Amino acid sequence: MVYWHYFCIHLKSQLQYKVSFIFTALGQFLGSLTAFLGIWFMFTRFHQVNGFRFEEVLLCFATVLLSYSMAECFGRGFDLFPQMISNGEFDRALVRPRSLIFQVLASKMEFSRIGRLLQAVLVFFYVIPRSGVNWHLGTIVTLCLMIICGSIFFSLLFLVYAAISFFTIQGLEFMNIFTDGAREFGRYPFSIYGKQVLRILTYVVPMAWFQYYPFLYLIGQRTNPLWIASPLVCLVFAVPAIWFWRVGLKNYVSTGS
Amino acid sequence: MIKYRALFRIRFIHTLQYRSAAIAGMVTQFVWGMMEILAFHAFYQTDPTAFPMRFQQTVSYVWMQQAFLSLFMLWFFENEIFESITSGSIAYELARPMDIYHRWFCQSIANRSAKAVLRCLPIFAIAFLLPAPYRLVLPPTITTLFLFILSLLLSLGVVVSVSQLIYISTFYTLSSIGVRVVVGAIGEFLAGGIVPLPFFPQPFRQIAEVLPFAAMQNVPLRIYSGDLQGLDAIRSLLLQIFWLIVLFAFGKWWLKKALKRVVVQGG
Repeated sequence: MVYWHYFCIHLKSQLQYKVSFIFTALGQFLGSLTAFLGIWFMFTRFHQVNGFRFEEVLLCFATVLLSYSMAECFGRGFDLFPQMISNGEFDRALVRPRSLIFQVLASKMEFSRIGRLLQAVLVFFYVIPRSGVNWHLGTIVTLCLMIICGSIFFSLLFLVYAAISFFTIQGLEFMNIFTDGAREFGRYPFSIYGKQVLRILTYVVPMAWFQYYPFLYLIGQRTNPLWIASPLVCLVFAVPAIWFWRVGLKNYVSTGS
Repeated sequence: MIKYRALFRIRFIHTLQYRSAAIAGMVTQFVWGMMEILAFHAFYQTDPTAFPMRFQQTVSYVWMQQAFLSLFMLWFFENEIFESITSGSIAYELARPMDIYHRWFCQSIANRSAKAVLRCLPIFAIAFLLPAPYRLVLPPTITTLFLFILSLLLSLGVVVSVSQLIYISTFYTLSSIGVRVVVGAIGEFLAGGIVPLPFFPQPFRQIAEVLPFAAMQNVPLRIYSGDLQGLDAIRSLLLQIFWLIVLFAFGKWWLKKALKRVVVQGG
């Protein structure tokens, strides 16, 4: 309930600056539009990559884009967490009688991400009838799980990013490899980057579980209905992520002011 | 000239201080470049005949792009300049015996090149040592290397001249965010930042080649990788010089016009 209040307040405050809101959203939209154009240009030339067609690849692109923008919209608080630590705002959160993760989540929501979200939805509209996927209950559930688990997974990555700043005070740019990088490179099925990369993304940073494996089920390359549940596997990442956050919290020393 | 040289030195040394940020950024750029190359590799394996460049050329293109990213990025701006315009502290700068256009130009070039110096060497160190298909190779001749450096400088000039126009537009709009996002996203794409220009399908490629954005990273990267040679390379260089002169002159004229409107209210 409290979250809902926060939600409304953030929405109202951001809509106060309409022009800036619209332009930021437009920027998000254009940014992912050029990524889309990039894929389109490559496919007008090559027609397929590793046996995947344009429409199939777009399914990956849209899933990753949608989950990422959802996570960025609601998990933005973690993204700005380094600032929260360095300006002492976090000390105030520590004395309040609410869970810390909740407070950080509620501290900021970024609705201008709707630009990216809109792009993902448009691509879904285009691709769902054309992808050649046999839509039945199983595949529909799979797609929904991919998006939901993907959003949770990206939020967990933001949580790790925030936890790092317990140690370093400032955010570390290399985390972008996993956040921005996953968004950029998740536009193709992860298998095209080769076995090594796929292995890392399966066992170390398990994002292939909400993109590549359920995607294979969607396009009919895997038929065992157990694959419907495969996106849930990536949620295992919550264990190390939350553990890391706790360790960071224990080590936390206020910056002072 | 001495004062600009001093300004350049101050800015350059200032940016060199951020070494840990540079290391973190370098790791990111390295992984980024590698992933990019692996994606191109997948397309290459799917259909080598449809590949518009040799694979090695694309690899060199990507590595050089990562190494000199800070010279090329269109979405990078000097926040100080925006602030001085919106807050009005530009009045102080106007009182100084320095041409403000040149001052901004100098500042931007110093910042960008300091960043590039910090980042390019480690990326070279790794990229030159990678195993065969993913390795960065030297250009075939000294002339190519020379032409590359020349066009690298020209493209830096063009990038900065375009960002100057965006600073100047702030005098009219006060919030530059709209222009910034449009130029940042579209310009980056048309300059070959996402997919090199030879990969563009036909009508798009022809259009993109004559736009000022093609005078940015597109030319030096393609000269280095050997995709642009001989007369084509010379023509692209001339086009770069043309755009640099036009954008520079237009920027100076526009700034003069914009400054006439500026009213300094004391306080």
